[in-house]
Amino acid sequence: MSILKTENITMRFGGLTAVAGLNLDIAEDSIVGLIGPNGAGKTTVFNMITGVYTPSEGDIFFDGNSIKKLKPHLITKKGIARTFQNIRLFKDLTVLDNVIIAHHLRLDSNIFSAVMRLPDYTKKESAVIQKSLDLLEDVGLMEYKDDKASSLPYGKQRKLEIARALATEPRLLLLDEPAAGMNPQESIELMEFVKEIRKKFKVSILMIEHHMQVIMGVCEKIYVLDYGVNIAEGSAFEVQNNPKVIEAYLGVDE
Amino acid sequence: MKRENIIRIGLIVLVVLVLAILNSTLGNYQLRILNLAGIYVVLGLSLNLINGFAGLFSLGHAGFMAIGAYTSALLTMSVAQKQSNFFVKPIVPWLANIEMPFLPAMLIGGLVAAVLGTLIAAPILRLRDDYLAIATLGFSEIIRVIFTNTMSLTNGALGLKGLTRYTNVPYSWGIAILTILFMFSLRRSSYGKAFMAIREDDVAAESMGIDLFKHKLLAFTIGSFFAGIGGALLAHLMGTIDPLMFRFLMTFNVLLIVVLGGIGSITGTVISAVVVTVAMEVLRFLDGTIDLGFMVIQSVPGMRMVLFSILLMLVVLFYQNGLMGRDEITLDSMGKFYKNKIKKGAKS
Ligand SMILES: Nc1ncnc2c1ncn2[C@@H]1O[C@H](COP(=O)(O)OP(=O)(O)O)[C@@H](O)[C@H]1O
Ligand SMILES: [Mg+2]
Repeated sequence: MSILKTENITMRFGGLTAVAGLNLDIAEDSIVGLIGPNGAGKTTVFNMITGVYTPSEGDIFFDGNSIKKLKPHLITKKGIARTFQNIRLFKDLTVLDNVIIAHHLRLDSNIFSAVMRLPDYTKKESAVIQKSLDLLEDVGLMEYKDDKASSLPYGKQRKLEIARALATEPRLLLLDEPAAGMNPQESIELMEFVKEIRKKFKVSILMIEHHMQVIMGVCEKIYVLDYGVNIAEGSAFEVQNNPKVIEAYLGVDE
Repeated sequence: MKRENIIRIGLIVLVVLVLAILNSTLGNYQLRILNLAGIYVVLGLSLNLINGFAGLFSLGHAGFMAIGAYTSALLTMSVAQKQSNFFVKPIVPWLANIEMPFLPAMLIGGLVAAVLGTLIAAPILRLRDDYLAIATLGFSEIIRVIFTNTMSLTNGALGLKGLTRYTNVPYSWGIAILTILFMFSLRRSSYGKAFMAIREDDVAAESMGIDLFKHKLLAFTIGSFFAGIGGALLAHLMGTIDPLMFRFLMTFNVLLIVVLGGIGSITGTVISAVVVTVAMEVLRFLDGTIDLGFMVIQSVPGMRMVLFSILLMLVVLFYQNGLMGRDEITLDSMGKFYKNKIKKGAKS
């Protein structure tokens, strides 16, 4: 059963084709990788899936229904959550509030009951606070709950962003270079963390990575983009030995 | 009941007591300033909601105040008052015979401001909120022009005179306290947090499932409501209103309060509203002729505003956080402050 399918999605910015006719098929419960050199169009793919951009061509299906024309907040409501390549936390707010805010869309209470603190609201609010604390416990950020999000060390901010995305109760989680800026040891730990998340929260995961090595051991399937074109797909082993992929990554040091 | 709640209620009782004492001891002139301070608390907090919580930039506060002021005034005026005011052109028949008490009239004033706020903001917020500042500024000027020209509705440039001065300390500060409580409760709620998420990073907020349009519009509508309420209170304090009262200068005053107090801080806005209102009165002499003993400065009307404008620029340039930044004076922070003091005292 596939949870997300893209059909020939293309994104053009003026004369530049950032993504050209991409077909993704993500099976439920899987961890899938999307790799490629810088500027290959990976983030643009995320922006199309999450409704930030509407594809110039093609269509996107989540659970069999087209989501191409939906606004970002409605796509989140349907069950797709994401993180950003350049961390975008609510910096001035506390770690706990960052996670609480992600529950707002499923709170289903009007502003009147919220401000008046009517029982129907306060009940839901305490449930949200409890859920948020549990989530912070799960990802190991409990001790920072009252700190400003921007005061966390870099790696913990990445984790918080993942926790915040999980709080929207997604079925598909999109991670944009979650290991960026981490050393090899931290990257390995993060990949273990990603595996744990999938099990604990029963989400499918589509993950962008710039460095091939990082996700080789985690992903069941990998798509390789180069200049917007899908040049290879398959298992880690298949992709690694594909001459086109080797060529695309040649000349790219790091 | 929790200990904090008891302290909170105690604090409110204390404030009410102080206000009651002031109310019975101050002279008329000082009472007017006290009332004005309460009204500016309401106005400052309403702009702080739009600007400090939701991160929207509105320059139309005076317009929404005008709507609240005129609506409530037309509703509280007696039939005879209306007849004597509208001597150039008679008032439209459907308004001529309406007369109601102050409280419902004020609420209706707030509601009409809120409805118009929604109507003006909706098309803009759907497109790009960068234009909100310009559109609201334009709107408030247009309202003024309309009010100057709709003789049979607003009495035009002549304004409305002889309104009953219902606004007293219980009204102005009662509503100010309710507004303060409302703002604290709103900010603590899921909606308030959603507003602040939008202010912090709207792209991230939207990807967390927050409907940007709906929430921005909600913040703007509530802010317009309180601006209308503030306008109604002001009208019934002054006893006279005319379109000139609601020039951009009025918006500027409120903006000044919010910026000086720390954009986003409730307690900062409250303190700043009181200080600015009192300072505006105390510094009134600056507008007149000043005799320094060795030289005499001829009167320059508007000197006060020059001073406040310079202050505003200094804050914006060197001290963007204002008085409080986004922080608050809370029971917690007071407790900490007090404990630190005790510690220091014990050491010395
Ligand atoms: N909003 C945009 N407008 C114009 N060009 C864009 C925009 N977003 C991305 N691009 C371009 O699309 C290409 C792919 O970018 P991106 O998807 O960010 O690559 P990656 O994430 O793989 O590094 C780049 O050449 C980039 O400059
Ligand atoms: Mg990218």
